[in-house]
Amino acid sequence: MCLAVPGKIESIHGEEALTRMGRINFGGVIREASLAFVPEARQGDYVIVHVGCALSVIDEEEALQIFQYINAMRDDSVPGGP
Amino acid sequence: MIPSREGPDMKYLDEFRDVAMAQKLVRQIHHRASRTWTLMEMCGGQTHAIMKAGLDDLLSPCIRLVHGPGCPVCVTPMHVVDEALDLASRPGLIFASFGDMLRVPGSHGDLRGVKAAGGDVRVVYCPLEAVKMAIQNPSLEVVFFSIGFETTAPATALAVRQAQQAGIHNFSLLVSHVLVPPAIETLLADPDCTIQGFLAAGHVCAVMGCTEYVPIADRFRVPIVVTGFEPLDLLQGILMAVTQLEANHGQVEIQYSRVVRQDGNAAARSLMGSVFERISANWRGLGEIPASGLGLRAEFSAFDARKKFGLQKFADLDPVECISGLILRGLRKPVECPCFGASCTPEFPLGATMVSEEGACAAYYRYRTPSTSIPQPLP
Ligand code: SF4
Repeated sequence: MCLAVPGKIESIHGEEALTRMGRINFGGVIREASLAFVPEARQGDYVIVHVGCALSVIDEEEALQIFQYINAMRDDSVPGGP
Repeated sequence: MIPSREGPDMKYLDEFRDVAMAQKLVRQIHHRASRTWTLMEMCGGQTHAIMKAGLDDLLSPCIRLVHGPGCPVCVTPMHVVDEALDLASRPGLIFASFGDMLRVPGSHGDLRGVKAAGGDVRVVYCPLEAVKMAIQNPSLEVVFFSIGFETTAPATALAVRQAQQAGIHNFSLLVSHVLVPPAIETLLADPDCTIQGFLAAGHVCAVMGCTEYVPIADRFRVPIVVTGFEPLDLLQGILMAVTQLEANHGQVEIQYSRVVRQDGNAAARSLMGSVFERISANWRGLGEIPASGLGLRAEFSAFDARKKFGLQKFADLDPVECISGLILRGLRKPVECPCFGASCTPEFPLGATMVSEEGACAAYYRYRTPSTSIPQPLP
């Protein structure tokens, strides 16, 4: 039940802090989620949603770092590896 | 496919399951580890992902992964399930719960049984749905079974605040929230502890940040790497922990930086703090841990189902044959339980670790019973 999944904010409705909601696209499936905890979230952002509440806006710069890290990694165990 | 800023949109799922990249990380871990290191992944979601991708087999023998108590369904004590059964059986009351809790055995049956016998038990995905139910059913009482870690508590706090704002009086909570850092401390203080490093639960830290872990890493000189849930996340987290262990470091590091900020989510933390306060809590398998749970603050006691319905205290009677207490402390593996797959299966679980998808016993049953014991390829 602790599952939390990334989804893209399609639209935002409600202005009041406690009741601000978003329509979130999870790979084609649209669900409503509370945006009460991500006041900075804008349409088009990806958020992590857990039990119907967005908990964090995903940072794209940071997300790309793991791929840069792996690509730059010397593959010591493979002779002549990159 | 390697995502780039110019490439197609990141979806934050498939990119983190790239097999070639995972294999490169696996080789790097084998290369870097000079001996066997024992790491605990804290969260049941991580356990599930590790088993599904077969990461434990790919990393053997240099990494021994033990599975932590980070599954809220698994650590909810039996006396709380008994309280739920009592409430759910009462007429004029809707008992709203996350689906996983319906199969957790109490001392005399489970919520599924209460529902079959006519109890109004309803599955909700989000605590806010329970508030809606209360608004739509003014003549009935609605009780929400409020379990979970720091990841879930903000959502329940929001439900309480929305109910307060709506001025409704037929909504209350059966609260059994627990907190991760006191559990890590308890595990490390155990003289039998074999854990040398932790993969902390990324989504808990998305809310709470990482500061609470710093004194624990210092005191026990143990690496704590805040890690995500996809294969590449888990492998990078393990590599970071191994790198620290090989250098004799014990620090807090964030692998899951696309989601976790150093100081967490201020809005969620402050709402949680306005509704809940820290209390001593009882964990299935770990026992009573001081300041490891959340209870409603006095000003919200009207939302406390225990007070509202004058619930009696139930004794804690864990089934004697179930060794989930040892499994939740990382001292045993599910397959070492004599009941595993015999008298205990996901359909008829003896202990809670066999109920939830994220429970260690259920994850082993699904991915490691004899018919599926061949290491699975990466997803
Ligand atoms: S297999 Fe069943 S009885 Fe054994 S520890 Fe797991 S939940 Fe308990």
